Amino acid sequence: MNALGITLTLVVFYLFSELHSRKRAFYTNPVLLSIIAIALILKGFGIPYESYMESAVILKFLLGPAVVSLAIPVYRGRATIKAYSKEITAGIIVGGTVAILTAFYIAKALGGSGEVLLSIAPKSVTTAIAIGISEKIGGIPALTAVLVITTGLLGNAFAPELLNLFKVKDRIARGLATGVSSHGLGTARIILEDELAGAVSGLAMALNGAFTALILPYLIELLK
Amino acid sequence: MKPYRGLAIIFGFYALGELTSSALNLTIPGSVLGMLYLLAALLTGVVRLDWVEAEAELFIRNMSVMFVPPGVGIVSYIGLLKSQAVPISVALILSFLITLLVTAKTVEFLRRGEN
Repeated sequence: MNALGITLTLVVFYLFSELHSRKRAFYTNPVLLSIIAIALILKGFGIPYESYMESAVILKFLLGPAVVSLAIPVYRGRATIKAYSKEITAGIIVGGTVAILTAFYIAKALGGSGEVLLSIAPKSVTTAIAIGISEKIGGIPALTAVLVITTGLLGNAFAPELLNLFKVKDRIARGLATGVSSHGLGTARIILEDELAGAVSGLAMALNGAFTALILPYLIELLK
Repeated sequence: MKPYRGLAIIFGFYALGELTSSALNLTIPGSVLGMLYLLAALLTGVVRLDWVEAEAELFIRNMSVMFVPPGVGIVSYIGLLKSQAVPISVALILSFLITLLVTAKTVEFLRRGEN
């Protein structure tokens, strides 16, 4: 029974990845579909989350080294970062802060509970880092994971269209806005339309993850 | 034996990050500190890119499946998700929109005259 959790995760994720490779759309995103399907299976068979995690925890543990590995694309992109250092610095400080404050205060104004506010605050950064932040500040990491992926799907589905609607033509601005607002999933979409905007979006994602991890815990202390 | 060198470096920086985070009681996740350490090591030439490149790419390319187990934990919070559906969904959508537009307009303003 012990290996059930990881096996179930790999089988379900494999099947939804196959589906996604045949029908490329934001609503066939294999991560979100796998989470929903496995949650339903656990509920249906009355399997506690703890038994599922006995072996599935291996995959969660690998998020640590995966985040460390994000240093490589940042290092490779150092020439791009240098070329657009002013734009990237401003975009991340402004965008990263706006993302935290708007999520926190809008949820609060509409009656969001304390743990929901802490879980939604890091929703714009890449999932692995957001889960780490949520754990550290007392949010619900599982809720954060789902909210981050949903935010990413919004960017994947609509970011280029919204930027067109608001007449944002500058490629650096388009890339930064996408990476800061909707991390890797937004990046995956914009890179298909514009390689430079995609590269900037990927760098913005990694740098905003680090920026948010550094400031969010202190910002939250002030907001609480 | 090459993959072991890369994996040892990546896990080593992760362990170092976790150690600093817990020893100094920091609120920054150890993995993020590990990323910053590895970046510094690459920039100063302590670690060479080709020592870690292939292994790091393996982790990054396969990151998606790692989000599934933590995400499945949502199964214990269905009640919360239902009772807080309005604040959660409105905050999520509006915050995404505002962040996208404010970032884009800020950067565009800085770059006026450069296109």
